Amino acid sequence: MKKGVFFYLQLAFTLLICAFLIVPVFMSITAGLTNNYFVGIKSGLTFRWVEQVWDMYSNTIWLTMKIALVTTLVNLCVGVPCAYYLARTRSKLSAFLDECLTLPIAIPGMAIALGLISVYGGITEFRMSWSFILVGHVIFTLPFMVKSVLAVLQSINFRVLEEGAASLGASFWQRFFHVIVPNCKTGIVSGILMTLTLSAGEFNLTWMLHTPLTKTLPVGLADSYASMRLEVSSAYTLIFLGMILPLLIAAQFLNRRPKRSA
Amino acid sequence: MIPALVVSLAFFLLPMAKLVWLSFAKQHGISYWYILTKPMYLSSLWSTFWLSTVVTLASLIIATIVGLFLTRHDFKGKSILVAMLSFPLVFPGVVIGFFVIMLAGRQGLLAELSLALTDERWTLAYSISGLFIGYLYFSIPRVVLTVMGAAEKLDDNLIEAGRSLGANRWQLLRDVTLPALTPGLISSGSICFATSMGAFGTAFTLATNLNVLPMTIYTEFTLNANFAMAAALSLILGFITWVCLTIARRQGGSSLGMGG
Repeated sequence: MKKGVFFYLQLAFTLLICAFLIVPVFMSITAGLTNNYFVGIKSGLTFRWVEQVWDMYSNTIWLTMKIALVTTLVNLCVGVPCAYYLARTRSKLSAFLDECLTLPIAIPGMAIALGLISVYGGITEFRMSWSFILVGHVIFTLPFMVKSVLAVLQSINFRVLEEGAASLGASFWQRFFHVIVPNCKTGIVSGILMTLTLSAGEFNLTWMLHTPLTKTLPVGLADSYASMRLEVSSAYTLIFLGMILPLLIAAQFLNRRPKRSA
Repeated sequence: MIPALVVSLAFFLLPMAKLVWLSFAKQHGISYWYILTKPMYLSSLWSTFWLSTVVTLASLIIATIVGLFLTRHDFKGKSILVAMLSFPLVFPGVVIGFFVIMLAGRQGLLAELSLALTDERWTLAYSISGLFIGYLYFSIPRVVLTVMGAAEKLDDNLIEAGRSLGANRWQLLRDVTLPALTPGLISSGSICFATSMGAFGTAFTLATNLNVLPMTIYTEFTLNANFAMAAALSLILGFITWVCLTIARRQGGSSLGMGG
């Protein structure tokens, strides 16, 4: 195709939009490493702010990791069998379950959080512990796990594989762990990555569910944006980006591969 | 499937039912009446609605241009551009709010630029236009990816046929490309609308006195301790977003409704 004026106009526009999305990321990365942001980069680079954030907020970072990992674990144990069940049966119950699992995507986190508080807020020990946040995260991320496994299951002819295995005398559990799970590995892995990133960045729900003792990273971020100087907030954002960017890149890499085979 | 059902029942359906019950329990749902009659709530509903509509339209237009461009042309560094466009998809709302402050806040890029050009500091971040920028930030990636997906499936023969029949660039866009993209645009547009309606983090970072629906819910809950009102408002919000996502699913879109 000939590259005319329109090509360059569109290219310029696309680059502008990309800049709009990326420039602030770089700005906050540099601001987090600059001695004094108001003076600019010439004031020198430093890890001072990152260290300060680490001193003040490292507990939020650990808690976020813990919650993200446990959420993933729960999603694996609950989500994968559920996707398998949904792919295998078409009944009223499965349709109902499917609807229940999709709804949390649609309902804003605040509503879910309010609901959880209204039902379980009275149980003080549960309310004060990090498992209260965990429950919210599981509800919020489970749909993504189920959908991504379900998508893979629906694209392969798992019934034939299963029948083959069954005819060779494999029991249900053998079939599940040695036939179904390996075959939807891509779906499971992308579900895991999705769960980790979503849980690490979840704010809407977590802000309502957190207590002063159970702060996650995004909650700490909001806290630092409101009360800390720009460099500290930026350094904190930097740490957060450092946590989720590897996950994002891994997910991108994974998404590229199945397309080739399809 | 039993564990999934238990989890979903105990921690999702039961809380939702309680929320519905709470919103009606206090004086037979007087909260709903207040929402319809008190200007405070009504204006919050309207401003959120308008903001989301404008954001949706703007990001649809931007994303169509960018998405079509990226699918039609191949050039060096394209995959990096696509990656850059898709990363912000999972940034939480608070971080996006902070990015808006970086761009258009008191010490932001825009303020520096305008100071150099006009001796004035322009700050958009802490007003409704700041929200607009923030919502645009998380909407664009979503819509671009959908448009790209739809545009890849587009039949090139149709465009060739149109061109051989003498249609010019705009006619091709209007009569061939856009109609083919419509389902994708409707589905991603409604997801984008739903996310904008429920975006709490961005609004929370930018300003606490902005009258958008999620902020109103939050204020009702924390400051006024009006649980019934918060419940009623969030149910209305949930209903609107649910309708949007149902539309999106009808059009065969994936549900990327998250973040904000």
